Amino acid sequence: MTFQLFVFYVLAAILVFAAGRVITVRNPVYAALFLVLAFFTSAGIWMLLEAEFLSITLVLVYVGAVMVLFLFVVMMLDLNIAPLREGFMQYLPVGILVGLIMVIEMIFLITQRYFKADNYPIPPPSDAGYSNTEALGLLLYSEYLYQFEIAAVILLVAIVAAIALTMRKRPETRYQKPAEQINVKKEDRLRVVSMNSEKD
Amino acid sequence: MDNFILLIVTILKIILIIVPLLIAVAYLTLAERKVIGSMQARVGPNRVGWRGLAQPFADLFKLLTKEVIVPSSSSRFLFLIAPVLSLAPAFAAWAVVPFSDGLVLADVNAGLLYVLAMTSLGVYGVIIAGWASNSKYAFLGAMRSAAQIVAYEIAMGFALIGVLMMSGSLNLSDIVRAQSGGIGHWFLLPLFPLAVVYFISGVAETNRAPFDVAEGESEIVAGFHVDYSGMAFAVFFLAEYANMIMIAALTAIMFLGGWLSPIDGFGDGFHWFLIKTSLMLFFFLWFRATFPRYRYDQIMRLGWKVFIPVTIVWIAVVGFAIYFNVGPWFQIRSI
Amino acid sequence: MGGALITAGRFIGPSNPNAEKNSPYECGFEAFEDARMKFDVRYYLVAILFIIFDLEIAFLVPWAVVLDSISPAAFGAMALFLFILVIGFIYEWKKGALEWE
Repeated sequence: MTFQLFVFYVLAAILVFAAGRVITVRNPVYAALFLVLAFFTSAGIWMLLEAEFLSITLVLVYVGAVMVLFLFVVMMLDLNIAPLREGFMQYLPVGILVGLIMVIEMIFLITQRYFKADNYPIPPPSDAGYSNTEALGLLLYSEYLYQFEIAAVILLVAIVAAIALTMRKRPETRYQKPAEQINVKKEDRLRVVSMNSEKD
Repeated sequence: MDNFILLIVTILKIILIIVPLLIAVAYLTLAERKVIGSMQARVGPNRVGWRGLAQPFADLFKLLTKEVIVPSSSSRFLFLIAPVLSLAPAFAAWAVVPFSDGLVLADVNAGLLYVLAMTSLGVYGVIIAGWASNSKYAFLGAMRSAAQIVAYEIAMGFALIGVLMMSGSLNLSDIVRAQSGGIGHWFLLPLFPLAVVYFISGVAETNRAPFDVAEGESEIVAGFHVDYSGMAFAVFFLAEYANMIMIAALTAIMFLGGWLSPIDGFGDGFHWFLIKTSLMLFFFLWFRATFPRYRYDQIMRLGWKVFIPVTIVWIAVVGFAIYFNVGPWFQIRSI
Repeated sequence: MGGALITAGRFIGPSNPNAEKNSPYECGFEAFEDARMKFDVRYYLVAILFIIFDLEIAFLVPWAVVLDSISPAAFGAMALFLFILVIGFIYEWKKGALEWE
């Protein structure tokens, strides 16, 4: 067993354990944290595959950003576990059905010949100067420009949707307007009154 | 067997990085007190050892002998793991920092991305600490801190994109090499707005003054680590200072030419890296002594409405300049 | 390497946990309710916007690396990409999503 294989098995074991705990642990905050661990471990496995750009992007985007949102939501919602359990039996058949469909779909996909591992020879180890960020960039910004622009539009839609869903106008809040503060003139604030000097 | 030897050597190298780093952190705390002391016409610590030089160790032993209190209503495991989670990325990021030409633990291709990912992990220690303590102050501090870190991280990311465009490489050593040729070739000049944004975002990311609302002593006692004591607190403290040194070192590498001497080919080496890092660290202390604390809405305004537009505009400027070969500074990419 | 360093950090971390007692909850005064309260929805909004900009950075990285070997079309594509996202940014600015009182 090579060193790499050993590392792979260790990471894989952690990954399976963490993924299992995500759905079995009671406290949603712990579940989210196990999901973080799962993402982190899969990033490690990708790193073993020499896909360093994807691996680090996984950490950067999923662990660094998406999971922070999850934690925000999970920590700040008043999650009461009890009422969640009440509906459990009611939804169980539907849940099993959805799960079953997904399993069947997966079986169809995996047994196809496209996904057989022996179709793909092990790629030769890349030389030291090879950077797959560069390779990815060359490919993404030559052949997949159209898809790239679609990604931009999707992100724009995401921004608009997020704002539309969460923004509430609060009339009572007060904002600081720095532009107005800077543009204040002497005349706005100060009134010079000329008075006759008093004589007694 | 070869792997085993490699492992031992790697561990030795890690120790060789971490031990000086810990000493640097210790003396940074002393330097901070001394510098701020003299800025405020005080003496600073001068009792322990010669001119107070043993002060950090006195502090350390004091903290060592204090009890680590775990509040009864906290989540015990998370409470104890949070300091470790904030320390680990602060140290892990050092793996790719080139101290001198070739003197780097892991000369990986994606060094810059790795550093960005590691800094984005620091937020977990804060969130988990705040939540696990189950205290209102801690939770408030953690949420403020998390939203702030998140806002400034974008500005930081954009600033690093600018560096990337100039150097054309994600490898930190190559980024330094791209700046060779004297002070005029450092990225500080062509990327000046980005350098400023990067460094100030770094100050905000580490929750240092004047961006320290997350732990503002006078408002929410100490923010997310209000319930921590003894070594658990010390680890947070360590992480904060290790992050400061990290930001200073990265600024030195990416904008000030790392180990390169200001005069081309004249005594490049580790000492320049050290001098530049120390200079940036001095700015941290200077900021703390000089600026009053920002209000929270002002912090968010600065992050979202000033830094992000500035960085986007400058990325566009640099992009056009490089692509169409404009200007004296934007042609050094081809190395 | 990073993993090794993390474990190193782990060992250094809680190196000296002293004997711990269950100490009373300290909060200035007696805690009167659970601290885990609901929070302003704006924090979620900030987190969502953060994800979007983070993705944008992830797209910019490979582009910046290959900047001198790409076609003008690719350069224009990134200009369009940034332009679209700047529209989004202006929208959120105008909507007041970035305002904190």
